[in-house]
Amino acid sequence: MVDSNLSFVRTEMLQGQTPPLAERGVVKWVRTNLFATPIDSVLTIFALLIIAWFLPPVIRWAFIEASWVGPDRSVCATVAQGGIQPEGWSGACWAYVNANFNQFMYGRYPIEEHWRVNLVGIMFVLLLVPLLIPKVPYKALNAITFFFIFPIVAFFLLVGGWLGLSYVETPLWGGLLVTLVISFVGICVSLPLGIILALGRRSKLPVIKMLCVIFIETIRGVPLITVLFMASYMLPLFLPPGVTFDKLLRALIGVALFASAYMAEVVRGGLQAIPKGQYEGADSLGLGYWQKTRLIILPQALKLVIPSIVNTFIGLFKDTSLVSVISMFDLLGIVKQHFSDANWASPQTPISGLVFAGFVFWIFCFGMSRYSLFMENRLDTGHKR
Amino acid sequence: MASQDITPVGKDSAKVSLLNDPKFRGYIFQAVAVLVIAGLVYWMVNNTIANLQRANLASGFGFLDGRSGFDISSSPYLAYSSDSTYLQALWVGILNTLTVAFAGIITATIIGFIIGIGRLSHNWLIRKICTVYVEVFRNIPPLLVIFFWYSGVLSVLPQARQSISLPFNTFLNNRGFFFPAPVFGEGAWLAGVGLLVGIAGTFFVRRWAYKRQMATGQQFPVGWTSLGLIVGLPVLALAIKGFPLSFDYPVLGAFNLKGGSQVGPEFMSLFLALSFYTAAFIAEIVRAGIRGVGKGQSEAAHALGLRAGPTTRLVVVPQAMRIIIPPLTSQYLNLTKNSSLAVAIGYPDLVAVGGTILNQTNRSIEVVTIWLVVYLSISVLTSLFMNWFNAKMALVER
Repeated sequence: MVDSNLSFVRTEMLQGQTPPLAERGVVKWVRTNLFATPIDSVLTIFALLIIAWFLPPVIRWAFIEASWVGPDRSVCATVAQGGIQPEGWSGACWAYVNANFNQFMYGRYPIEEHWRVNLVGIMFVLLLVPLLIPKVPYKALNAITFFFIFPIVAFFLLVGGWLGLSYVETPLWGGLLVTLVISFVGICVSLPLGIILALGRRSKLPVIKMLCVIFIETIRGVPLITVLFMASYMLPLFLPPGVTFDKLLRALIGVALFASAYMAEVVRGGLQAIPKGQYEGADSLGLGYWQKTRLIILPQALKLVIPSIVNTFIGLFKDTSLVSVISMFDLLGIVKQHFSDANWASPQTPISGLVFAGFVFWIFCFGMSRYSLFMENRLDTGHKR
Repeated sequence: MASQDITPVGKDSAKVSLLNDPKFRGYIFQAVAVLVIAGLVYWMVNNTIANLQRANLASGFGFLDGRSGFDISSSPYLAYSSDSTYLQALWVGILNTLTVAFAGIITATIIGFIIGIGRLSHNWLIRKICTVYVEVFRNIPPLLVIFFWYSGVLSVLPQARQSISLPFNTFLNNRGFFFPAPVFGEGAWLAGVGLLVGIAGTFFVRRWAYKRQMATGQQFPVGWTSLGLIVGLPVLALAIKGFPLSFDYPVLGAFNLKGGSQVGPEFMSLFLALSFYTAAFIAEIVRAGIRGVGKGQSEAAHALGLRAGPTTRLVVVPQAMRIIIPPLTSQYLNLTKNSSLAVAIGYPDLVAVGGTILNQTNRSIEVVTIWLVVYLSISVLTSLFMNWFNAKMALVER
């Protein structure tokens, strides 16, 4: 700028002004996000109407009108239904969930032995949390403990029958305990089995390939219920006469086989995404098949499909609820069983129990999906487009 | 295994030990696998035979001609009574499975597309509502959703006498959903003929319009013409015959609703649950598909002078469909397979009927085989159809 002493030239700059009210703060946000166009405004009003119609009754049902504590069904039933609530009352029966909480968690596991389940739960959390946090060292040791030592310890603790621990047979297990046991075993078995099946399907040996394809496609083509029926009705037939099989174990086998077929397809997707140069590079280094697979291919392939693997885990976790159909009492099964509990039967009981079970399932699945998102961002090393 | 895996070349191959020849090792490996599997199968078959003999159970599919002796609550297509055979019971089950799967697929697709597009909306509120929907339904088991509708909602509806009446003479109570049943009078068949002619006409009009547009560039209002043909012709046919169509309205009786058609609570809860649950997954597929179409595509369309509507219809959607269709197929198959959860609430689908037969006759091997065959055929047929469809939609490159 050239200095000027002409009186009509401004010498000092104007102060910046705050933007107009409509272009800043909440008003701008509302304008751009809710009322940008006429159609947007209509949609917003429509959505607000839906929320206004839907949310208050739900909140009133779940919190304000809900009965939280009580000895029996009377707190959850209107006078006409034999309870103490006024006519027209409609609220959640959390008292029922409260009273049966131990059942929902442990099933019929003896109350004085609950500490064993709790101990296993604490060990599970203590081993899992450091495994999930990337910064914590000793990952290999941690993983070995979690996937190999922990299941053995947990098995002996839960079943008992040694060192003075009383024997608790599996039909007594139930609730969230069974849900978690089935999903944990399913996850531990399906990942390695799925990897083997995927490698088999990509194998150059025609017989191996055919066997793997038949297994994977058959299992993937049928519903889990039929696999569970198969495991519970046909497995005993296949074994030598007289060999009986624990019911929980049958369900475990069914769920694990089912999940590994899905896992195999996920892993195969990862294997196919590895460029040919990686295989050729490994070959040119003189690595054998297993070395190549273990050191070069699988680490890259598995990393690519971590989100899908976690999605399969979520699916597996949700699918464990199906064991209630073959009369086992997982979380959903035991909640359902208690609907007919004469002490608590009321019009509000089923829906309260189901909302509670749904909430528990939701927390686990949502947590897993968030963790998979986190890992996806962390492992994104630039290979993705 | 040895660490060296080099394929021997040329004359030297004779010198390499047979053990290090990958081809030979491959044969050995496969032979061992075949032997192990064959041994396992032999062992299992032997055990099965021994078990069946010990329990005095017969085998074979001859039992299918036997009298079933159980009732099926819902058999909309076939006449079925407890005197019918097991085979007829299975047919009823298969048809029920297909019905609920078909109905569920249609609603799940509609809800899923609405929610999926809603998740991409500019409107913050709509986006959040759709996100909440997806995150809720994706993360709870489908069986729980079914129970939610069955025990939580439908079974606490009022009894028949206090039925909730809905528009169009429909009623809702704890025995299900009641709606007017159309009664076709004499000559109503002409409407059916009209519908078929309309559909065929639409097909030909589309082909003709496409050819003309390719040749001359002129567009023809295919949509309106098709609507006119498909709706207009049947109505016209009915008008000629003097509207031989009436409705049998459900009427509130002393204890139950009389007349009309009824959909039981089992079907309704299964149908609603499958639709809502699968819709969450379809929504995610639709969202990914639309986002997968590059921004350059819509920008180029705008640069060519296309407005927002035609851009979406002619540029974005056809390309998005290419991404959407393969995962959508697997969701349709998932829905069909999840319809087997019907067994938990007693809707007589294939698995529920088969389970009853299994309990009655102890023919576990036969029943499980039938399940496998039916579900695998459905899977294979769907994937064949979808592969054909996919090939039609696939990108044609130079």
